[in-house]
Amino acid sequence: MATAGLHDSELGELQRRLIILRVGLLLVVALLGLQLWNLQIREGPYYRDLSENNRTRSVIMEPARGLIYDRNGVLLANNVPSFTLYVSLEDVTDREGLIRQLTNLLGLDEALIRKKLAARGSKQLPRKVKDRLTLREATLIESHRLDLPGVMVQVESQRNYPGGTTASHLLGYVGEVSPEQLEKPEFSELHQGSVVGQYGVEKFFDRLMRGQAGQKSIEVDAIGHEKRTVVVEQPHAGDNLYLTIDVRLQKVAENLLGEESGAIVALDPRTGDVLAMASRPGFDPNVLSRELTPKQWAEIVQDEGRPLNNRASQGQYPPGSVYKVMMAAAALETKTVTPSTTIFCNGGYQFGRRLYHDWKAGGHGSVDLRHALVQSCDVYFYTVGQRMGIETMASFAHQFGLGEETGIELPSERIGIVPSEAWKRKAKNEPWLPGETISASIGQGYVNVTPLQMASLIGTVANDGAMFRPRLVQAVMDRATGELQRRPAVLKRTLNLRPGILPVIKEALAGVVKEGTATKAQSALVTIAGKTGTAQMTALRTGPEKDIPKKFRDHAWFVAFAPVEAPTIAVAVLGEHMGHGGSASAPLAKELIETYVKLNLDAPSHVKDGAVVRVGDAGGQGTR
Amino acid sequence: MIDRGYMSRGFDNFDVRFIGLIFAILGIGVLSIYSVTHDQGVAFPFYAKQVVWILLGTVAFLVMWLSDYHRIARLAYPAYAIILILLTVVLFEGRSSRGAQRWIPMGPFAFQPSEFAKLVLILTLAHYYSQAPRVGWLQRVVLPGLLVLPGLLLILKQPDLGSGLSFLAIYAAMLLMVGMRSKAVGVILLFSLMLFPFAWEIMWGSLHDYQRQRIMTFVDPVYDTGGKGYHALQSRIAIGAGELTGKGLYGGTQSQLKFLPEGHTDFVFSVFAEEWGFLGVLVLLLLFVGLIWLSLEVVARAKDQLGALLAVGILCMLCFCVVINIGMTAGMFPIVGIPLPLMSYGGSATIMTMASLGLLLNVKRRRLSFF
Repeated sequence: MATAGLHDSELGELQRRLIILRVGLLLVVALLGLQLWNLQIREGPYYRDLSENNRTRSVIMEPARGLIYDRNGVLLANNVPSFTLYVSLEDVTDREGLIRQLTNLLGLDEALIRKKLAARGSKQLPRKVKDRLTLREATLIESHRLDLPGVMVQVESQRNYPGGTTASHLLGYVGEVSPEQLEKPEFSELHQGSVVGQYGVEKFFDRLMRGQAGQKSIEVDAIGHEKRTVVVEQPHAGDNLYLTIDVRLQKVAENLLGEESGAIVALDPRTGDVLAMASRPGFDPNVLSRELTPKQWAEIVQDEGRPLNNRASQGQYPPGSVYKVMMAAAALETKTVTPSTTIFCNGGYQFGRRLYHDWKAGGHGSVDLRHALVQSCDVYFYTVGQRMGIETMASFAHQFGLGEETGIELPSERIGIVPSEAWKRKAKNEPWLPGETISASIGQGYVNVTPLQMASLIGTVANDGAMFRPRLVQAVMDRATGELQRRPAVLKRTLNLRPGILPVIKEALAGVVKEGTATKAQSALVTIAGKTGTAQMTALRTGPEKDIPKKFRDHAWFVAFAPVEAPTIAVAVLGEHMGHGGSASAPLAKELIETYVKLNLDAPSHVKDGAVVRVGDAGGQGTR
Repeated sequence: MIDRGYMSRGFDNFDVRFIGLIFAILGIGVLSIYSVTHDQGVAFPFYAKQVVWILLGTVAFLVMWLSDYHRIARLAYPAYAIILILLTVVLFEGRSSRGAQRWIPMGPFAFQPSEFAKLVLILTLAHYYSQAPRVGWLQRVVLPGLLVLPGLLLILKQPDLGSGLSFLAIYAAMLLMVGMRSKAVGVILLFSLMLFPFAWEIMWGSLHDYQRQRIMTFVDPVYDTGGKGYHALQSRIAIGAGELTGKGLYGGTQSQLKFLPEGHTDFVFSVFAEEWGFLGVLVLLLLFVGLIWLSLEVVARAKDQLGALLAVGILCMLCFCVVINIGMTAGMFPIVGIPLPLMSYGGSATIMTMASLGLLLNVKRRRLSFF
């Protein structure tokens, strides 16, 4: 600080100049004080009046939810305008009277209204009391408006599924966010009355499709007339989804099941794209997206057919003989057998004191691997399973994607059961019994799988061991920017099998359709390969099928892929209590594959640009 | 860096009054933030966060107070360089909120470099002027102006009109206090800044609605998106409705019913004025005037030019923000995003303001020491 001396004179000047700041400060503060005096004292009563009569109401502007399309741009879910009844609590003078009047006018349940009005949330936001008012109800409310202070009818967008029950389990439905959900962080930006996905794709992709709510203020004069509306924040529409399914194929799959309970899954094995995923019985998401009374809700939940269960990804069944596809690969890889090894089947397998039957009473005679698959010989696989042991079987089952999530983008997927010593100790706290290994070798006993896992398994075999994660959404479009983001196919794993094993199995599976248990799946249009399965429900196997009560009949499985030479579609069909796989399920798979061929769907899936443009136009912007 | 000999002498009466005023204003701020956000219904609401910011700010205050300000000033140029880098980073990597990109995300929080830029600018300019005698137009006005320019442009690019104006005000105030031949320039600059809002209002009045909106979206898109004066009007109604004694805590319908947006940040004064009335406002103004008056004392008793310039810069920044913020909420100025020091919710602003006040008090403490 050698120059400190020079600075000191300047310091003095600077300090003398402070007088400017002192005077300036006092001046400015006096000006501020004057303005505040003006506002608060002179004009205070005027502003207080404004603040009290200025009954500005905050109204949430619900965002338009993202739309859902199929792979060809066919609309599966959109929004349509509907009337919604709100009550603004701060304007209600006589709450009991209001509840009575609403009950009279709309026939609403009194307890329900009470519950809606008492819902938690900041007090200035209006409560949503009923949506989907009919035009008559809306007019009724409007004409009684003077007697109903605080009641507002708003036009809002309502979720609509043009296809009705089509693809219901896949699309899911929406509903008001529940008080329990509101407690969770992922719903923190929402409020009572917000609509969120509650099932299916609507739930899994809710974050993307939800959009962002806006807010507007409506100034109302003393009589309740709106004076002006101020938009404080515009709502932002949610993103659009493009699914991988073809809605035509989906409808055929659902019609094939008809009134029966069951599931059909069709995948493109090359990408994992889900082409169709049907589960019956289904439900109408339009109904479930509406406000249901507790009674209506109870009816759906207690329905014996459990329509809300997505049997494709949540139904767990013993795979029966379909398991033999995995068993054959395991037997060859572990060199338990070679393709030419023969085992003699006399119709039963003696283990200890128990005889395990083959499905064919007289036995198949001397069978090799191909014959064992084609005719679905149980004794062959009892023997092979016994030689490999349960742990080896379990490790191959895991490799084929059983006992784990396929990773499909749907909520609450079930994983089934791959039994092993460790599993049994953990689940049942019991030791593994040797006889259970024999049941497990033909997919009975504890083994449980979902139809989706089976479709993925047969697809992986068809695709020479490359297992793709099932994909439901191929692209997402950002509504704000119009940007289309494609979602890549995900290779989950490649089966760790020696080359040459899968071709042997694929050839045998072609034989199943050509000359074996599934001749009913033969098609004039395309070569099909597959495997039948019959999941036993009960040990009572006496008498003809039709004499057994329906609910004790076996589940009918059929898994297939086509064309045999270069597979582009993999199918799993499960018919609950429909009997034999070969007679009940194989024809359904054939029909589905033929539809697929006729629709010329074997091109790799991608969103066509034309479809995207059409989508933008139909963006549902006007439905707020 | 901490001077133990001084610590043992303890506070004097001046320090106690100064710190007392700071915490009185902080307390009023937390109370007002609590009033508007108490029913937020989240685990960690704004008022609780603000208390955390104040604790961190207290640490910053103590560090700045008890260090040697000459040493701090020697870090001015590197610090300014870092701030310029951060201001560049925020343009590319920053988190945008309501149209402006001002924050750098840091875990659950976000850091606003433009707030810290103000304090660093004061340090930089004070350091520049006190390093050597600066004579002539070039050294007094143009060179420091070139120092200010890159920071100013980066801030305006965000866009953050409020912080940009603060930048200009700091520059003008320093020029004015350095004085000499540039005195005239400084006076003109400072006064034009103070008059700018009034001139703006006159020019504003002659424009069509759509023109105003276009200009407003251009300079500061954050406010009044499509609101056509909604924000300013609601703020005026809130303040006016307070009348003499106010509506009491939680009584402010304007803020409680959310007619007034941003009640916990830039419009915290309106919330306070609605709930505590003109009497409350007078007390608050007196607290601010008292704090600034004590700051003026510090400048008057500063022992070297560096200290005086630091203190003057800080007090002008404080003064400018208080006047512009209250003026805009009371409808005297157009709405620009300037928070009310020590009262508005905000981590970066609270910590920066408390650090600045620590530095200011440091200047007073040093007047008897030699080196």
